Amino acid sequence: MTYDWPTLLPLIFAGLMGLAILIYVVLDGFDLGIGILFAAAEDAEQDTMIAAIGPFWDANETWLVLAVGLLLVAFPLAHGIILTALYIPVFVLLVGLILRGVAFDFRAKVPSGKKHRWNRIFFLGSLIASLAQGYMLGVYVLGLDVGPGGMAFGALVAFCLAAAYAAMGAAWVIYKTEGELQKKAVRWLRTALVLTALGMAAVSLATPFASPRIFAKWFVWPEMLYLSPLPILSALLFLWLWRQTFHLPKPDDRHSLTPFLTLAAIFALGFAGLAWSFYPFVVPDKLTIWQAASAPESLAIILVGTVVVLPVIIFYSFYAYRVFGGKATDLTYD
Amino acid sequence: MDPLILSRIQFGANISFHILFPTITIALGWVLLFFKLRYNATNDSAWMRAYFTWVKVFALSFAMGVVSGVTMSFQFGTNWPGYMEKVGNIAGPLLAYEILTAFFLEAAFLGIMLFGFRRVSNRVHTLATVLVAGGTTLSAFWIIALNSWMQTPAGFEIRDGVAHAVDWWAIVFNPSMPYRLVHMLLASGLTVSFLIAGLSALRYLHGDRSESMWKALRTGVFTAAILIPVQIFAGDQHGLNTLEHQPQKVAAMEANWNTGPNVPLILFAIPDEAAKENKFELAVPDGASLILRHSASGVVPGLNDYPGNHPPVFPVFWGFRIMVGTGLLMLAVSWSAAFFLKRRHSLPKPLAMLMVPMALSGWLATLAGWYTTEIGRQPWLVTGVLKTADAVGPVAGSHVALTLAIYLILYALLLIAYLGVLVHLALKAAKDGDTSPLPGVMKAALSQPAAGE
Repeated sequence: MTYDWPTLLPLIFAGLMGLAILIYVVLDGFDLGIGILFAAAEDAEQDTMIAAIGPFWDANETWLVLAVGLLLVAFPLAHGIILTALYIPVFVLLVGLILRGVAFDFRAKVPSGKKHRWNRIFFLGSLIASLAQGYMLGVYVLGLDVGPGGMAFGALVAFCLAAAYAAMGAAWVIYKTEGELQKKAVRWLRTALVLTALGMAAVSLATPFASPRIFAKWFVWPEMLYLSPLPILSALLFLWLWRQTFHLPKPDDRHSLTPFLTLAAIFALGFAGLAWSFYPFVVPDKLTIWQAASAPESLAIILVGTVVVLPVIIFYSFYAYRVFGGKATDLTYD
Repeated sequence: MDPLILSRIQFGANISFHILFPTITIALGWVLLFFKLRYNATNDSAWMRAYFTWVKVFALSFAMGVVSGVTMSFQFGTNWPGYMEKVGNIAGPLLAYEILTAFFLEAAFLGIMLFGFRRVSNRVHTLATVLVAGGTTLSAFWIIALNSWMQTPAGFEIRDGVAHAVDWWAIVFNPSMPYRLVHMLLASGLTVSFLIAGLSALRYLHGDRSESMWKALRTGVFTAAILIPVQIFAGDQHGLNTLEHQPQKVAAMEANWNTGPNVPLILFAIPDEAAKENKFELAVPDGASLILRHSASGVVPGLNDYPGNHPPVFPVFWGFRIMVGTGLLMLAVSWSAAFFLKRRHSLPKPLAMLMVPMALSGWLATLAGWYTTEIGRQPWLVTGVLKTADAVGPVAGSHVALTLAIYLILYALLLIAYLGVLVHLALKAAKDGDTSPLPGVMKAALSQPAAGE
């Protein structure tokens, strides 16, 4: 591999896109998870849970726009192939995101009698969007296989991702609330973790058997050795976090952010594994990142903007999180 | 089922739904800033009440705009993969810059603008309002630049069948871009001022005489009265620019079938594309020549110069007339309302009743204008570069039909819910007037707590 710009630029953009997707999954993951957990929460708790994500969800969802945007602008050929193959699940995802996004706002503004309806829509939208994302991931991993096998695998990943999002949501509630709701969230987290672990184990076992290409990437010496920390570390973190749920919440609310950070680390590890499975393809088995990339001069002009703007975005995102730091309080416009 | 037609209807439906909300948020951000600055200057709580009433409308419109905008960004790939394959090198960076410079800015500071009044200093809260308003406008800048480039492409060359950028300055500031941007920003200003005036008139009709109602009403009416003549002038200039760069669109707007001098201005007609003539025509002699060429004998382009290469006449002709007609109605209503508010310090009941449905006049004019310009670009997706028919994807027509049906139902329900909430918020504000306490706000105004306190 030569390290000139036409080689490096697509690589950089693949990295940026991966980063955007990872940040999206972690950040919107807890929003969607809280939506899923709405099913198990009381009225008053739902208000607190909404307050815990209210100022953030918009910016969180923007990372999805950036990820799809980068796919669109950096790999236009892949964008078309992936999205036409996933036409129906993309549509289902969009319906879920639309319902989730507007229900959030409507529930606070409609006459009080109609609030319940929008709470249910918020739950449904969050669940639909999570399942659709997982399904698409599953189908994509198998090289956009939309046959019965791909669909079954997609359904498995859909379940796993929804459970993982619910765990993220529970971890965020632990961080942002106190009292009964916080205790309840610990129990939610424990259940969601078990489901997530089951799902992840099933996916890890199914993936190499479903795809000879991925099998070949993982089970060869010495790569196997270098890659072994990914699953081992993930499993250890899972176990540790599961044991922690029996000791949470701790006195003085110590370590209330730890479950969330641990889950984010597990997501990052799983994501690194996925990235290794795909590389160097952007459409598995069909298009490499270099075949699908835009013209270098177009990528260069986007890169200039990205290098300047991304640190600013990260800076003011942190600022926004700091402004609304601490436990969630009533969310009012005034 | 033909995926091309269905995809076009679907995209048309989605963008029609989407554009309603940025049209509100672009200008409403600046109106909120105006309310905030007036409050900062006068310390009059009525301005802050107006801010809090309208910030809710902003939040809801923003959410509707975001979710429908996300839909659009996916649809490029699901329905129109040929678009990015052919012009992705140019459209890509423009879209990327929109997301990077505008989208994140709005989304991050919206939280502070909506919920942060008690958490940050008054100055930071005002700054957040500035950044959100600036972000929405910047977003409009990039999208209009891309859309204008599709209308009047410049600064590129075709290599191996794919468009490559040559001159970014020429791409962004392409020939129709400044006209289109000004026309759209003014349209947003008018949409918002009529929305504010109309919903304030609804409060007025429900007996609300509170100071915050008056402040919002005056802001809406006077802004509309000032902007509408500016818009008529800007629209005329935009039309002349279109005549220069897209004469076939002007020919369709005027339903002028043959190039020549002394072309009449048609007030009413049913254009018949098969017979290449207008039925039931009512026209002012030499009118179009006078408006477009400033001379009765000026030569105006006709559709006969563009056989098989001009847009469908009926929707473009009528889209244009509905836009202009709505604009003239806006002129009449805003100027009479401004007269009564200025001279009589009151609002006659019939005028107030007329202003309520006029709250949506901006939407009507914007959609009609949007159809004129977008359908007027057909059969091209990018004028002279890419035909719409060549961009459509390989998705089965039945899939497009199914998703289209669900989108339409979803959008109709959301629109009803949205309008219902607007009316609900207005009536609630009318009931509360200026009597409801604003404890958090006023306390915060007296002692500004620092962030994280």
